[in-house]
Amino acid sequence: MSLWDHHLILLPILLPMVMASAMLLFDERRRRLKSVISLTAMAAILLVALALLHESMTGAADGGDTARVYSLGGWSAPFGIVLVADRLSAMMVALTSVLGAGVLAFALARWDRAGPRFHALFLFLIMGVNGAFLTGDLFNLFVFFEIMLAASYGLALHGSGDARIRAGLTYIAINLTASLLFLIGVSLLYGVTGTLNMAEFALKVRTIAPDDRSLLHVGAAILGTAFLIKCAAWPLGFWLAPTYTAASAPSAAAFAILSKVGVYVVLRLSLLAFGDDAGASAHFGQSWLLVMGLATLAFGTLGLIAARDLSRAGAYAVMVSSGTILAVAGVGDQAVLGGALFYLIGSTLACGAMFLLAEVLQRGVDSGGQRERAVFDDEYRDPFDDDERNEPGLVIPAAVAALGGAFLICTLMIAGLPPLSGFVGKLAMLDALARSVGPASVAVIVGLSLSSLGGLIGLTRLGVGALWARDEDAPELVVGAAELAGMGGLLAACVLLAIFGGAGLGFAEHTAEWLGRPDAYIRAVLGTTP
Amino acid sequence: MTEFVLAAAIGVLSAAGTWLLLRPRTFQVIMGLSLLSYAVNLFIFSMGRLRSGMPPITAKGAERPELYADPTPQALVLTAIVISFALTALFLVVLLASRGATGSDHVDGREPAE
Repeated sequence: MSLWDHHLILLPILLPMVMASAMLLFDERRRRLKSVISLTAMAAILLVALALLHESMTGAADGGDTARVYSLGGWSAPFGIVLVADRLSAMMVALTSVLGAGVLAFALARWDRAGPRFHALFLFLIMGVNGAFLTGDLFNLFVFFEIMLAASYGLALHGSGDARIRAGLTYIAINLTASLLFLIGVSLLYGVTGTLNMAEFALKVRTIAPDDRSLLHVGAAILGTAFLIKCAAWPLGFWLAPTYTAASAPSAAAFAILSKVGVYVVLRLSLLAFGDDAGASAHFGQSWLLVMGLATLAFGTLGLIAARDLSRAGAYAVMVSSGTILAVAGVGDQAVLGGALFYLIGSTLACGAMFLLAEVLQRGVDSGGQRERAVFDDEYRDPFDDDERNEPGLVIPAAVAALGGAFLICTLMIAGLPPLSGFVGKLAMLDALARSVGPASVAVIVGLSLSSLGGLIGLTRLGVGALWARDEDAPELVVGAAELAGMGGLLAACVLLAIFGGAGLGFAEHTAEWLGRPDAYIRAVLGTTP
Repeated sequence: MTEFVLAAAIGVLSAAGTWLLLRPRTFQVIMGLSLLSYAVNLFIFSMGRLRSGMPPITAKGAERPELYADPTPQALVLTAIVISFALTALFLVVLLASRGATGSDHVDGREPAE
């Protein structure tokens, strides 16, 4: 324990911020330098995230769970802003850095040249996402949300083109409105409880005056709406598919984590403040989560079946993944939540890889295929389509085999089939659901099974078209070494999750159990026993 | 009286903002978002309770909370103003790009069929 070790939690936020700001000073043409800086930053963030994850599991005096709390500027909670790294936060930060590293490697092959300042925007996105996961303060969460969104607006437009601008316009308008709802919700909660610190808020919810409780619920519902828009819950998520389909592949893959930020905040706040101890507010909004989760699951699955290209299918897979976790949060069973957290890790990585793979498989084909498409006019356009500079570097022979294998892994993960970790997560959820009898469990079991089937049908059909039944005049499949490395890294992480499935599932179940006793979190932040 | 004026202002701003947000032209949307963000800023301010003639900073020796206004919402409003201003500017750029790229100021990027 050195002097600096204490500040470790700051690094996932500070490091991308400093690196991204420094990169703005260099000329856009110094690509190699920028690539090195951003790769180094991502690698360092990954190491820090793993260190935080390790500590959150074993850091307590008795070797159990703990939450590392850092008071910014030395102002103790609840007066100052705190950063908190507990099991869930550390897991999400680690997931972000793995996804970020893979996507960045993929982008280095050529996408980072499709528009200005890709690296800086990308690192700012990582900064905002990490900050949102680590903060223990509601208003600070708003600030990190906005940093993340501002960077995502830039990345959504990366590569330019009509389709991206049109989709970006809707995306920005919807997210600005969601941010306003966020502010209304936060200020209502502040008005009622007089605090912005999440831990103190959870304590105040328990002892609030009966007259104020309805106002508290209104505030929580408005705040929840803002996050549900972010996780694209039905009927708030119609913006997702057009935006993610139009965005360039690395941006869309990085956006796979953005919807999980919404899911994370919903889980965090509902379990912390509206758990069993919350008195009359216990389990507030849970039935809504169940219904909206199931509706999102159904909508995402139907979208997956109806999708006519792979990147759109990837966008619906993101919705399926959000819907699954929201529905499980609505069931409110700890064992089921453990399976869902494990599923969250694998499905986020697989959705990210899906967007990358879709771009490689559809490269050069879609301009012809698109003319026949009367229904969807938000076409995918590559600004460097006819540019010689567009060569992705070292070309891998046997590209078809490698891409076919990658597609297989993606499909198995998203549909949740054995032997990969998507199956382990789904099985854990189904097993726990089968033990807790009730109409909610039955509905979720049916939803999960049907979404697996729908995902399999949709992806198999698209995969046959993209790999086996390619058009005669479609160009040869080409994949660059960096692209394969990025995709391969994400998919290798999926495979590793299956190999070390026992340990991973154990971790996820422990995390669900830790989330089930908010008193430990509150004690770590406030230093008092509630 | 202050309460009524403030509540009415927030109500009128958010009603006008919501209506404009749902209009088909991009300029109307950005005006709607601006009006809504003014309404939200006033709302945050009012969540710290309305008091007039009270400073937000305590004087030494007179640390009685009832004599002072709550400084937190004021700080929050300041942050919210800065952020919403910056993002509105960013949205304006995208709006202009959309106008230039599609030749239409409709939110769908094309004129609706008559």
